[in-house]
Amino acid sequence: MNKRLFNLVLLCVALISTAAAQITEKPGFGKFALVGATIHTVSDGTIQNGVILINGERIEFVGSNVKPTADYVVIDLTGKHVWPGMIDAGTSLGLVEISAVPVTVDNAEVGNFNPNMRAFTAINPNSAAIPVNRVEGVTTVIAEPTSGLISGTATLIDLFGYSPDSMAVKADAAMVMNWPVSGRRGWFDQRTDEQLKEQFETQLKEMRETWNKAKFYHEMMSAFEASPTGKTRPDKDQQMEGMRAVFRGALPVMIRVDREGDIREALKWVSDNPSVKFIFTSVAEGWRVADEIAAAKVPVIVGPVLRLPSRGYDHYLRPYQNAGILHKAGVLVALRTGQMENVRNLPFQAGYAAAYGMPYDEAVKAITINPAKIFGVDDRIGSITKGKIANLVVTNGDLLETMTQVEKVFIRGRDLPLSSRQEQLYRQFINRDATN
Amino acid sequence: MRSIILFTLTFGLTVSGISQPKGSVLIKNATVITITGETLENTDVLVQSGLFTRIGKNIAAPRGVDVLDATGKFMLPGIIDAHSHLALASVNEASSPVTAEVRMADVVNAYDIGVYRALAGGTTISHAMHGSANVIGGQGATLKHHYGETAENLLMRNAPRTIKFALGENPTRVHGQGNSVVPRTRMGVEQVIREHFDAAKDYKRRRAAAPNRVAKNERLEVLADILDGKILVHCHSYRADEILMLMRVFNEYGIKNYTFQHANEAFKVAPELAKNGAHTSIFADWWAYKFEVYYSTSFNAAILNKYGVINSINSDSEELIRHLNHEAAKAVKYGGVSQQDALKMITINPAIQLGIASRVGSIEVGKEADFALWSAHPLSIYAIAERTWVDGVKRFDMFTDRTDMRLRANPNDKYESSSITESGRHADACMKDVLDFFTMETMEHSHE
Repeated sequence: MNKRLFNLVLLCVALISTAAAQITEKPGFGKFALVGATIHTVSDGTIQNGVILINGERIEFVGSNVKPTADYVVIDLTGKHVWPGMIDAGTSLGLVEISAVPVTVDNAEVGNFNPNMRAFTAINPNSAAIPVNRVEGVTTVIAEPTSGLISGTATLIDLFGYSPDSMAVKADAAMVMNWPVSGRRGWFDQRTDEQLKEQFETQLKEMRETWNKAKFYHEMMSAFEASPTGKTRPDKDQQMEGMRAVFRGALPVMIRVDREGDIREALKWVSDNPSVKFIFTSVAEGWRVADEIAAAKVPVIVGPVLRLPSRGYDHYLRPYQNAGILHKAGVLVALRTGQMENVRNLPFQAGYAAAYGMPYDEAVKAITINPAKIFGVDDRIGSITKGKIANLVVTNGDLLETMTQVEKVFIRGRDLPLSSRQEQLYRQFINRDATN
Repeated sequence: MRSIILFTLTFGLTVSGISQPKGSVLIKNATVITITGETLENTDVLVQSGLFTRIGKNIAAPRGVDVLDATGKFMLPGIIDAHSHLALASVNEASSPVTAEVRMADVVNAYDIGVYRALAGGTTISHAMHGSANVIGGQGATLKHHYGETAENLLMRNAPRTIKFALGENPTRVHGQGNSVVPRTRMGVEQVIREHFDAAKDYKRRRAAAPNRVAKNERLEVLADILDGKILVHCHSYRADEILMLMRVFNEYGIKNYTFQHANEAFKVAPELAKNGAHTSIFADWWAYKFEVYYSTSFNAAILNKYGVINSINSDSEELIRHLNHEAAKAVKYGGVSQQDALKMITINPAIQLGIASRVGSIEVGKEADFALWSAHPLSIYAIAERTWVDGVKRFDMFTDRTDMRLRANPNDKYESSSITESGRHADACMKDVLDFFTMETMEHSHE
């Protein structure tokens, strides 16, 4: 090759790689054949030198020894690994842009009782944090409201789309309930022991009263709807309406609860309400109550795994072991980061759980199929299965290992450019003109 | 059974006394990551009276020195955290924009369980800093994690003096917005520094001329020591503009050997940092918790490394300090820093920044024996720190330590001991003790 031609080729390569960096690049969409990779299906074991066919938004075929027809764009993934897109079962992504700037914080409405609030409404599809986290392989998240006792509904969204409507896997995925905290919330919490106790008891009472009122409202309204003739329609109440899906059993209640005593109280609440579906989330001290949680058949979302032991006298490894202990007791376990900006660290939460006792395959399930099961969408996402939505991650190694590189991300069949503001800043400054 | 044997093997290493404790041990057949040299397979390391005395093959144990077979284990120098608030009874003297006279060495809380948890992550030294409420905060304390000893024995002997500076949102929020005194802006921050440096120069000149007529002023004494190069400056900073400002001011006043802490936008001015010989100590990936860290990138370490800036990765958190090895691995992930360079960012580089690199930060004959044994390569997420030594004294052993490792328990502590914090993200530990200026509500918001 002569030198001029060589330089031209170099220039072309440079131009192509520059174009690939731009967020304006359109994702590829159509028919893809991913060939040669190790496929970690999660639901049906591992396939060496496998083939995945993607047609539009769906996975059309998973297997091996198949030659794709000419209409498929073949992507050679020899030596690579394909995993289901990761699902973070507890974040504020899309709801919060900069935590310390209150006008950009949309996950905490005023008031203690807000079942009519919907995270779905406030999702900003153009948050700078979405591509930053997506390019590391998290394809789907629960974005949850956080304030008061009943915060509103959490939404389950894919991390690609131009509107919450197109992103939504399940617009209303769970009703968030914050179990009153009977302990201190951190170093900044300087309430006296008496204040703590009083506030805890007041909040529990308030929650019980409101819950019962909502239940009564639902029964009254349902009775009217069943036979309206000759009756006066009760006044409509938006907050009470918000709870009706819960009492119909259509919307699970996701209780955020951490302390041992609080978990036991919450378990009583669960057994007092057999017609309602429950999920526990955060669950820092779940390991202390693992058997009881398992017996109650309540699925849990553990996390973050990378957190401090909740008590000074606890063994230093308990937070890392928590998910594994719950799994061993028979609890269905998913993981969460609890973050907005660093949802991308989800695989490391699973990595720590795996390093400290959770079987490796279970740790992978806890960030793929298990959250899909918990939110009732495992028929659509969470594993590499024929007919499911094509949410996929391609890596050069172990999904949970820190140094592994994510090389491709598909969401709903779209081959997304691995571009984000953080990667753009890297390209802008790595070869900066040092004289200007 | 295995743990009983290991316990027997390692029992009796701890020798405590009135001086800072030192121990001896022979580590056999480890993969020794020396940091400053090659990584050595199947190698023995002899520690005597707190120092590495021999590194090689087939070293025989001198009489009275216990032997530990570390076949299959990785030996890494003790991790050094250049930004911590562990083991401090208070963090911010937020009463004035300049409080150079206060010293963290005076408020060391030797009972902090966080020190033990840090050891359990292989971290043996932390730089206990004043918070970031003030433009010029208090003097730092370099701590050796001799958990179980007195506060006096946590202080690293003969470590250089350090002091905290802070630019940007925290001092302007606390003093300008909170108290209506300068600085409310980044313009004000610069002038606060200049005014105090000038005052210190004048004070020094006048006091030298007439020591009996100029009363001693501790604040100005400390500031004068900074100007004389006797104290290393560690400056909390985020934005590129404020980093450039401080380098201009320091050049004018002749201050060298300083480190920008956090420095989320350092990557934007990497050539300028390199030119001035300024160091950086950063988070691996924290961002977006406030406006001045919105335009951050997790590739910060890779860019700084490419330009030759001496960079470390720190915790500023009692949670992150438990896994700085994992944080360092992110420098490899984002931008392909070599594994060797990534490990330097948690060992020898922070040692350089604290002025202790001739004593710690690598495994070399003659250096102080701070190290940990890991179950796998420490950059792997599956690597578990199993045992940690400080000055040759074993301070952590996952096989033999009790579950409850507190040194002091308060029986009435039923609420305090069960605080649930959402960890793994920036919780503004730097702003501890500044509650007067904020309601609890606000702090919870910035926390979440």
